Amino acid sequence: MRVFHRLLVAAFMLPALALAQTPIKVGIANDLSGPFAALGAEARDGFNLAIKQLGNKLGGQPAEFLQTDMGGNPDQAKQLVTRYIQRDKIDFFTGPIGSNVALAVGPALFAAKIPYLSNNPGPSQFAGAQCNDYWFGTAYQNDAFHEAAGKVAADRGFKKMVIMAPDYPAGKDALNGFKRGYKTDVNQEVYTKLGQIDYAAELAQLREAKPDAVYIFLPGGMGINFIKQFVSAGLNQSIKLVGPGFSADEDVIQAVGEPMIGMFNTAQWAFDLDNAQNKKFVEAFRKEYKNRNPSVYAAQAYDVIMAIDAAVKATGGKVSDRAAVIAALKKADFSSVRGEFKYGVNNFPIQAYYARVIEKGADGRITNKLVGKVFDAYQDVYVGACKK
Amino acid sequence: MSSTLIAEQLLNGLQFGLMLFLIAAGLTLVFGILDILNVAHGSLYMAGAYVAAQTMQFTDSLLASVVIAALVTGLVGLVIELVLIRRLVVRDHLAQVLGTFAVVLIANDLVKMIWGPAPMMMNMPASLSGPIRLLPDLLYPAYRLLIIAVGLVCALGLYLFVTRTRAGVLVRAGASNRKMAMLMGIRVPLLFLGVFVLGAVLAAIAGALLGPVTAVQAGMGEQILILVLVCIVIGGIGSMRGAFVGALLVGFVDTAGRAFLPALLKTFLSPAVASSVGPTLAAISIYVLMAGVLVFRPAGLFPARG
Repeated sequence: MRVFHRLLVAAFMLPALALAQTPIKVGIANDLSGPFAALGAEARDGFNLAIKQLGNKLGGQPAEFLQTDMGGNPDQAKQLVTRYIQRDKIDFFTGPIGSNVALAVGPALFAAKIPYLSNNPGPSQFAGAQCNDYWFGTAYQNDAFHEAAGKVAADRGFKKMVIMAPDYPAGKDALNGFKRGYKTDVNQEVYTKLGQIDYAAELAQLREAKPDAVYIFLPGGMGINFIKQFVSAGLNQSIKLVGPGFSADEDVIQAVGEPMIGMFNTAQWAFDLDNAQNKKFVEAFRKEYKNRNPSVYAAQAYDVIMAIDAAVKATGGKVSDRAAVIAALKKADFSSVRGEFKYGVNNFPIQAYYARVIEKGADGRITNKLVGKVFDAYQDVYVGACKK
Repeated sequence: MSSTLIAEQLLNGLQFGLMLFLIAAGLTLVFGILDILNVAHGSLYMAGAYVAAQTMQFTDSLLASVVIAALVTGLVGLVIELVLIRRLVVRDHLAQVLGTFAVVLIANDLVKMIWGPAPMMMNMPASLSGPIRLLPDLLYPAYRLLIIAVGLVCALGLYLFVTRTRAGVLVRAGASNRKMAMLMGIRVPLLFLGVFVLGAVLAAIAGALLGPVTAVQAGMGEQILILVLVCIVIGGIGSMRGAFVGALLVGFVDTAGRAFLPALLKTFLSPAVASSVGPTLAAISIYVLMAGVLVFRPAGLFPARG
């Protein structure tokens, strides 16, 4: 059977080779400036490592990787995607960090039948009513980290919880996700201003409320501000910090340092996750980038390129046959750094999620340590609304 | 609601207000005397924070960080004044805003080129990293007390400078009527330079002091600039006293809004409505304050120009 498969693949490859080799084009919209610059830089490093390892090829075919910064700006990203589609005629798309950008560029890509593999955001819209064959939420669905964190808080026996997020749509989704995972009622729900600098008022309320733990979804600088002030107020002695993986990854750790120690967080991946592909990835990443530990953003970006590579290989390089490409992508038949996973009907992964805690390692480096599995095979709650 | 909670929130308001004042003082001086809306003032604050964070990593001394940040940023201010501001002074406000906004964009990318896009770490000195017991059940972060102390010292210093020194007289003269001051023979280019550098130094001190409690990252200046603009508009543009009162008002109103408004709303609204309306109202409270002040005192509380 396997021999037959290989023959079949070889048979498909022949005409492709004869076709004078137009390179397969991947359009990458980077976030190298703007609100997600630090995360975008991590993702770029993940992309570049995978591209380097594949020798600038996809499935053995010559490939071209177009990388342009769109600064986390949905309008700029839309223009870039239009250019990618009409002028460059890309075959695959990936890159944005923010859900707002993913939602802005998605429809144009779907209409042009270009597969969009998300290296980060997994907005609920694309998981539910607006699900699409050309969308692959390769990394995660937005709610998953929060639900997993809720379960971690419940499992660890944190009875009195205060949960906190900025007052904007993703913040509300985050806290609702947490509550779904936590199951029982939370003690207090606090919404802060988006882009808030000073958290003294909220910290005083925390001191008054005396919870067992506080869950924060404060992306980027907000989380850094909060954690630094939380620790200087001495609250870390009595209150545990819990957050989604992106509030406690390498970028934040680099900026905050010691005060982060002891923070629980959740993700579908950890750099010390025990599988062969991940070990290979972490080692190569450290070697390539000055002994730095990869973050979840780098791991996700690396995975996206490997997923495209596998799909191109499976179709024998015939990327113009979009139906075959998306069928191949949907199999998720590549060795992912997070271990095996499969896609649900809405093309979002059904996968394991892990609890991590920030610790000081034996080498004196402060980083995340895997402490347990939260979900074995989590699927988002929106899949039911996806009719296709 | 206990009295200690109220006391703690008052301290928080004072601390936030003083920190805003340090930045607002420079901005209002530059606007009052040079008649330039310096959008890049936030970038000077960012420069102060970055230089301080870098110095902290080398020396591990907060004092050294603050001093070096003030010196380096003062120098940066000097260069910006000589190269750019001097040429913009004679142009209209649109050209000034565009010119200084260009500095913002350049500064953000420059910072990314030098220090990378990831936020930078600035550790708090270990001796100040814990809380201090002010009252039996009132713990307050030692570092925030330090910010309050430095803020008060700076405010007092500025007050003495403006009211008791010859340079202060020139500054006041320049702010209240620039043309008349020029006609009276004040050496305007030197005054402009001095004022701009002073503003840069004050912003740098604020940036250096806040580095350990906030995210030191590209774009941090624009976040705070909006709040600072509200302070000086409330206080009256160009007035040092106005900046002080405006900053404290903004500090107290913002803190009180976040701390007490949601609880207050819950007493007469349903919890669901209160929890969705509360944060929104708290977020706009300072802008409501600004609008209210402008309705009754269109030139701010302490107009500098008669």
